[in-house]
Parts: sequence; structure tokens; C-alpha cells
Amino acid sequence: MTAPTGDTTTARTGERDVMVRAEQVHKSFGALEVLKGIDLEVRSGEVCCLLGPSGSGKSTFLRCINHLEKINAGRIRVDGELIGYRERGGKLHELRESEVAAQRRAIGMVFQRFNLFPHMTALQNVMEAPLRVRGEKKDVVRDRAAALLERVGLGDRLGAYPSQLSGGQQQRVAIARALAMQPKLMLFDEPTSALDPELVGEVLDVMKDLARDGMTMIVVTHEIGFAREVGDSLVFMDGGVVVESGVPREVIANPRHDRTKAFLAKVL
Amino acid sequence: MSVETQSERARPEPIRAVPVRHPGRWVAVAVIGVLVAMFVHLLVTNKAFNWSFMVDEMFRPPIVAGLRGTIALTLLAMLIGVGLGVVIAVMRLSANPILRGVAWGYTWFFRAVPRLVLAILFGNLGILWSRIEFGLPFDRQIGALFGIQDFEARLFGFSAVDILTGFVAGLLALGLSEAAYMAEIVRAGIQSVDEGQTEAAQALGMRRGQILRRIVLPQAMRVIIPPTGNETIAMLKDTSLVAFVPVSTELFFQLKAVGNRTFQVFPMLVAACLWYLLLTSVLLVGQYYLERHFARGHGRAGAARVKVRGLAAEAGGTTGEAVTR
Repeated sequence: MTAPTGDTTTARTGERDVMVRAEQVHKSFGALEVLKGIDLEVRSGEVCCLLGPSGSGKSTFLRCINHLEKINAGRIRVDGELIGYRERGGKLHELRESEVAAQRRAIGMVFQRFNLFPHMTALQNVMEAPLRVRGEKKDVVRDRAAALLERVGLGDRLGAYPSQLSGGQQQRVAIARALAMQPKLMLFDEPTSALDPELVGEVLDVMKDLARDGMTMIVVTHEIGFAREVGDSLVFMDGGVVVESGVPREVIANPRHDRTKAFLAKVL
Repeated sequence: MSVETQSERARPEPIRAVPVRHPGRWVAVAVIGVLVAMFVHLLVTNKAFNWSFMVDEMFRPPIVAGLRGTIALTLLAMLIGVGLGVVIAVMRLSANPILRGVAWGYTWFFRAVPRLVLAILFGNLGILWSRIEFGLPFDRQIGALFGIQDFEARLFGFSAVDILTGFVAGLLALGLSEAAYMAEIVRAGIQSVDEGQTEAAQALGMRRGQILRRIVLPQAMRVIIPPTGNETIAMLKDTSLVAFVPVSTELFFQLKAVGNRTFQVFPMLVAACLWYLLLTSVLLVGQYYLERHFARGHGRAGAARVKVRGLAAEAGGTTGEAVTR
């Protein structure tokens, strides 16, 4: 585990403070190059917001971080561990399916369209992974799942099926489901884009609460307000490259690049 | 609030309009009524039905044994069909090209050959081998290669006639053929489940087998069950094909035997219709409960009450939350 506060003198500490390090990440779908060399560093406890027009590759990049997409070139490390591959003798070896699954356990992900399991209740959705993946005891998992659902404001809807919940409630269950695996990193892929406007706030509130607790988060979003208020860093992507990045307040107030200016002018 | 002022105003008189008339329906009822009367008249007056003979015969021990054989064949063949069908469907969707190819070949062969031909073919497999044995393949050839005459490395075996009795041969023919059809049904079911489900499960660190068993298949069942009910009913009727293996402990064979022996062919055919109707009706009840079980969590296919409860809960839930927040 990383200790963000205990800054010791060893040379490795600085390295270990970095939760996600992406170097020159390239990704193509057939002939279409979606990511053209992404460099990104997210420190432990940091909230990093990815902004950009649709098709800029920000969602694809997020999906590369937990190896839902295989990258074609470059390296992604989470908590110092190379994702999807093992480097041995200067050569990359693909990890086996079980090893990739093991890496994903420490990385929570929240999807735009929630992707809750419709045949399970809210409680079962949250309990599934700790039970089946980590093989934890049922009563322990049940207590933790109930507490997590309580935390996202759904303590009274444990037995509800996803079809009986509103979009905002479903997304909050999805966040609780990801947190149940006690991840060290949370990825959010446009978590509020599929929601009715009046339901966006309740999901953002849960995310703000998480950020306050020191969770490391990478958030692909169109919510400029959230990025400004909660984000520690903002990365603006367009056409598969990082156009500019910095402190959210400064980037939003004084964008240096024309493309950032044009984008912000449209969404603000 | 606008809702309250509305209710304070005088409520308009409920609409009592003259409904649209449907004279065509009355004509149809009359025509159908006459046809039904003619049919009932035929059933009652035509001596060829010989009802009392039919009722006497259709519950006799050999018929009941045949009935038991038909039910056993249907259930066991469907068990093989569904079990193997799931395996082949998963192979067909696998990333491994060898598994994919084998699955394709299996489906290709067993869908191409008619069940009747398969039944006769399996009944005659004894012609190929007198004994079926398990051990090192090509043992004699390997032995010859090293200069050993009559080298045999076989663990156990049994006479082909013993194992490929009519029942087993018929069961294999029906079950293996069914697996090919079930594989396609299961494949369609698996593909109907949203890709996001697999991704969400992967992101949680679940492995392929777990995702299939816990997430994808339970959802695919909603799509798989209705055509599987169809297949089961078709299988019930196709069990009559094993008469060609030949297997005699089967419902239709027994009924026809009675008909041929007593020269009362028609009453026994009617008895067959009645037995198949009864069995199919029982299957339909089973299918209803299965569908209801796997529709849980789905407002549309599930009972409407779940949906209403959901809507009420949603309305209640959001207001409740507004208070707590």
C-alpha cells in the first residue's frame, strides 16, 4: 500500500507516490489510431479529470488503464506494476487471463451506462465480486456492502433490482460495487453523461465525498464545474494527444491552446 | 400547487360513448359454432372412434411402459442436448480457433443429417465394432512398429451390443442432434447479453468462467428458454423416431402395435394425439415457471406487479432521499 503522507528519504518513495504512470501510450483500432502517445502521471490521492471532445480518445485511454483495451505501444503502470504485461529480459510477455484479472481487482471502474447486473439486487451487485473473486465470508461482505450502499445514500434500497432504480441510483450502486473491492484507484468513464440533468448532482456528490476521503480518481467527464471544484489536475485531450494539462482552475480560466479555448467556449 | 387547484374544480362527467359495433365477430362466432357442432357430432356418432375400446387400451401396462420410455427419452435427450449445447456454444464463441472450428463442424454435421437417419445409423453402429474398448489408441499399429505382434494396451471394454442397446443408441442419436440445435440457441442467448455486462465483470476482476456462469448465462436464459421449450416439445414428438433404431418401449410404437393387432388403428391414433397433448401441456406449465424465474429483475418480461412496485418505489425513493439529503 502507498502511504501518501509518510515522505521518507528512500529514492523509491517518490516513485511509489505515483499511482498511475502512462508513457507514450498508443492505441489503434484497425487503421484508426485513437491514442497517439499519451503521457500522464497521477499521484496517489489525486483527482485527475480528463476533458475533451467526443472521439478524442479519453474513454479509450481510461479503458487501457485496466486493460479492457490492449495498447499497441508504450507502458502503463499502476502503483508501480506494469499493466497487462510482464517485462523479462528486455521482452514483454502477455499476462495470463487470471493475472490480468488479479491486476483489475485493485482498480475500480464506473461506466457511463452503469452496467449493473440486472438479475441481481443492489446488494447482490455489490456483494458479487468480493464473494466470487476474493472469496470473502458472506456475512462480512454483506455488512460491508450494506455500509457502502448506506454511504452512497441507498441504505433503504438494498433489495431493489436495477430496473426498479432511477439512473442516478443505479450509478451510485455501481460506485458502491466498485468500492466493495477496496480499490486503490477508481476510473470513472463519463459517469453522469447518461443521466437526466436533475440526477447528475447526486452522483457527483458521492464522487466528491470519495475525493475528500483521499481516493485516487481518474474521471472522464464533461462536468467542468466538477473538474474545477474537485479536480487536482485537468488533462485536455483532442485527436488522441494531450493538448494541455495543469491545475483545473487555471486551465479553465486561461487556456493556452486554441483547441482548448474552442472546446471550453462550447461547453461553458 | 397546480395539482390541487385542478382537483378542486368540478370533475367532468365520465365518458359514456356508444362502443363501435363488430358485426363480423358475430358472423365468425356463428360459423365457428356450426363447425364445432359438426365436429362434436362426428366424435359422438362415428363408430370408427370406438371410444370405450380406446379408453380401455390407452392405460394398459405396455402403453404405460411406452409412455415412461418416451418421457425418459425426452428428458435425458434434452439433458444431453442442453448440457452439450452450452459447451458447444461456448466453444463456438471462444477466442481459440481450434475450439471454434470443432464446434462449427459438430453443428454442421448434426444439423445436416436427419434425426431419422441418425436414429437408424446409431442403431447399426454395432456393425462397425463388436466391442467398444478404451486404452491407448492405435496400439496394434504401434506394437507392429516395434515388432511386437498383437500388442494390446486396453484398459476396459464391453460388447457393443450391450452398450448400444436400442435405448442408448436412440438416446445418443436424439441427444447429440439436439445439442447442435441447442448450441445455436445458446449462442444467440449469450450474444444477446450486452457487452457492458462482461466489461463490468472484467473490471471487477472476475474471470472468464465466472463471468459466463454468474453474469452472462443467467441473463441469456431469458432468451434461451422460450426456444428451448419449443425444442423440448419437438423432442417429445421426435422420440417416436427411435422405433426405427429399433426401440419398442416408446409410446407411439406401443399404441400402433395395439392398433395393428386389434385392427382398431384409428382409436389408437387418437389415443396417441391425446397422450402427446397431455404431455405437451405439462411441459408448457414447466416452461411458464422457468420463464418467470429467469425474468427476475426485468420489468418487461416479468410480472407487471414488479414494475408497478418499482415505479412506486422509485417515486417514494427519490422523495425520501430529498428529505434525508
